[in-house]
Amino acid sequence: MSPFLAGLLQLLALVAALGLAYRPLGDHMARVYTSTRHLRAERWIYRAIGADPSAEMRWPAYLRAVLAFSFVGVLLLYALQRAQGLLPGSLGFASIDPDQAFNTAASFVTNTNWQSYAGEQAMGHLVQTGGLAVQNFVSAAVGMAVAVALVRGFARTRTGELGNFWTDLVRGTVRVLLPISVAGALALVACGAVQNFSGIHGVGQFLGTTQQWNGGAVASQEAIKELGTNGGGYFNANSAHPFENPTPLSNLFQIFLILLIPTALTRTFGRMTGSLKQGYALLATMAVIWTGFTALMLWTESAHRGAAFEIAGGAMEGKETRFGIAGSALFAVATTLTSTGAVNSFHSSYTGFGGGITMLGMQLGEIAPGGVGSGLYGMLIMAVIAVFIAGLMVGRTPEYLGKKIGIREIKLAACYLLVTPALVLGLTAVAMALPTPRESMANAGPHGFSEILYAYTSAANNNGSAFAGLAADTPWFNTTLGIAMLLGRFLPIVLVLALAGSLAEQRSVPATNGTLSTHKPLFSGVLLATILIVTGLTYFPALALGPLAEGLAS
Amino acid sequence: MTHTYAGTTARLLGAGLRALLVLTLVCGVLYPLAVTGAAQALLPGRADGSEITAGGRTVGSELIGQRYDLPARKGGEAPAPDLRWFQPRPSAGLSTNGVNTRYDLLVSGASNLAGDNEELIGRVKAAQEAVVADNSVPGHRVRPQDVPPDAVTSSGSGLDPHISPAYAELQVRRVAARNHLDAERVAELVAHHTEGRTLGFVGEPRVNVLRLNIALRELADAR
Repeated sequence: MSPFLAGLLQLLALVAALGLAYRPLGDHMARVYTSTRHLRAERWIYRAIGADPSAEMRWPAYLRAVLAFSFVGVLLLYALQRAQGLLPGSLGFASIDPDQAFNTAASFVTNTNWQSYAGEQAMGHLVQTGGLAVQNFVSAAVGMAVAVALVRGFARTRTGELGNFWTDLVRGTVRVLLPISVAGALALVACGAVQNFSGIHGVGQFLGTTQQWNGGAVASQEAIKELGTNGGGYFNANSAHPFENPTPLSNLFQIFLILLIPTALTRTFGRMTGSLKQGYALLATMAVIWTGFTALMLWTESAHRGAAFEIAGGAMEGKETRFGIAGSALFAVATTLTSTGAVNSFHSSYTGFGGGITMLGMQLGEIAPGGVGSGLYGMLIMAVIAVFIAGLMVGRTPEYLGKKIGIREIKLAACYLLVTPALVLGLTAVAMALPTPRESMANAGPHGFSEILYAYTSAANNNGSAFAGLAADTPWFNTTLGIAMLLGRFLPIVLVLALAGSLAEQRSVPATNGTLSTHKPLFSGVLLATILIVTGLTYFPALALGPLAEGLAS
Repeated sequence: MTHTYAGTTARLLGAGLRALLVLTLVCGVLYPLAVTGAAQALLPGRADGSEITAGGRTVGSELIGQRYDLPARKGGEAPAPDLRWFQPRPSAGLSTNGVNTRYDLLVSGASNLAGDNEELIGRVKAAQEAVVADNSVPGHRVRPQDVPPDAVTSSGSGLDPHISPAYAELQVRRVAARNHLDAERVAELVAHHTEGRTLGFVGEPRVNVLRLNIALRELADAR
């Protein structure tokens, strides 16, 4: 069997597994976010927070709660790293420098998990398990909460109320993320991922020498790293490290975890808005992009164009033997079409076009299927834009799910679309114009430019993967990438919640003969075209200077 | 008005802090402890790193690649491969710790060099020449096009425990000659240690270098 065929079969296996989980998980999440019952443990948590879980919030209140919770998260994670050297459970590692601690705190709270440190030599048990992994849970739960608030905006009429942030946060964590993570972590241990709290210790080697290892709660962090589309590895090599991702089966399972919640949320959306078909239409667009990108990636990596790969006879630089081209290509596409950013192979050593595919995946806004929550709200923004464009073409007031897309709504959606490109292209331009940032490049020519374009694309879209040759642990990159992550996360959230509030206030417009059917394949096609055209127009010049130039020259 | 606003903000931040602390207790303490407890009870060997014992001592982890080199020479030169043993993939991205340097830690990683990078082109060529030279034995010359890609490229982690079956087969004659073994016996060893794709389609066929070398040592010792 050729690796290409094996890759296609793995893709089919993923489709089947995601299909099996789609209904039960999507319906479960719909119940989680609509139920009026509170679990006993949850009541205890609400009492500790001092929040009334049944109190409804309008969008400004919901937003303030999101921002307050995230602000405290950045502060606490920063403090924890700065104090690491003084605290127990640090393996004796020193405190983290201010710029790197800020970068890492911003990174994990924004669900980005960009890492300018190498885990095994910098972060002890306390920071990894009590700080970073906690944000893996709660940043994912925040994303889901915001998405659900937007769905409520479509589902509810003549009210400004979007639900209760604390309830959504706690339920998402306790009823969705935790149970799946426990099962997922144990499955990963069964494959060989480590799970212990041992200190740094020597392990004997075949020829009599020893290797120094540190243990850690790796599997438990790994499960939520993928499930919450976070992506921050316990070790520097992330999911290429055999202790994080030991076998081909664990690899496929990790890709499954990455895609699980973002795809199932389209079902939750359909359930909550009363039309499952609306969810299927979004899912169809996501699926077409995902399978298309995966097929392209399998092709370009198998063709291994590029001088070094042609001499070697295959693009295996930065790839693990057990995953091969196929297992690596599948992972790379899944991680960049979501906001994950975990890697099982190093994108910087992909072919020119392969690197371009990973960048374009993020630049689409990570919506196919996207991050947990952020994928759904990103896709819904694109749906609003698509409805608007279709409305212009036929000269009717655009409507989506019975809500009029008026001036205020389209302004908010358009601003959402502008945030990340402005950050990515603006900061890339500034970094390229300054002398010092360019000294961080590991490769020359178009690939060097790609390293910087990739870094800002990854940060502003909250992905976290990298063309990791770039020496990013400098005050410039730590600071600007940290700011890009914060603005790239929270400005869109402000706009999404404002949109949700304005939609929830509207009354529902009854569908007529002239209403565009947004649950049909035609709409999925319009949505797909909108996404590709908007992203293409925005990023083509930058991509042409980097990965396209590299790919065409090889 | 300002006072009320500040009060509201303080209350909200207090709620945020309490929420974070409670969720830290749940997700950062109870969850990892529960998973560790279950993993240590159910799968202790796996949870501790899948270490392998041979000849009464630990020889490494099944999952973590290691070097099979001659003792390091003086003058800081890179140690030469011990050609008696099956050799793993290159690991250009593997480094040692640059912070917390009182430890001697391996830092996993990749080279991150692009396909058109001159340094990578040079490394691949040099590695290919070395593989050809090392594995050509009297009466059998290895051709450059027979060298598989994994033999001349570094893995993602630098700790890849596997090589492709093609690279293992290519080393058979050399290993047999160095250990004064029959090449057919060594080839059988490689065939025996070749793992296929899981379920027939997941992952790639591969050979675990440590397991293969352990079996090789047993064979050589028994001779």
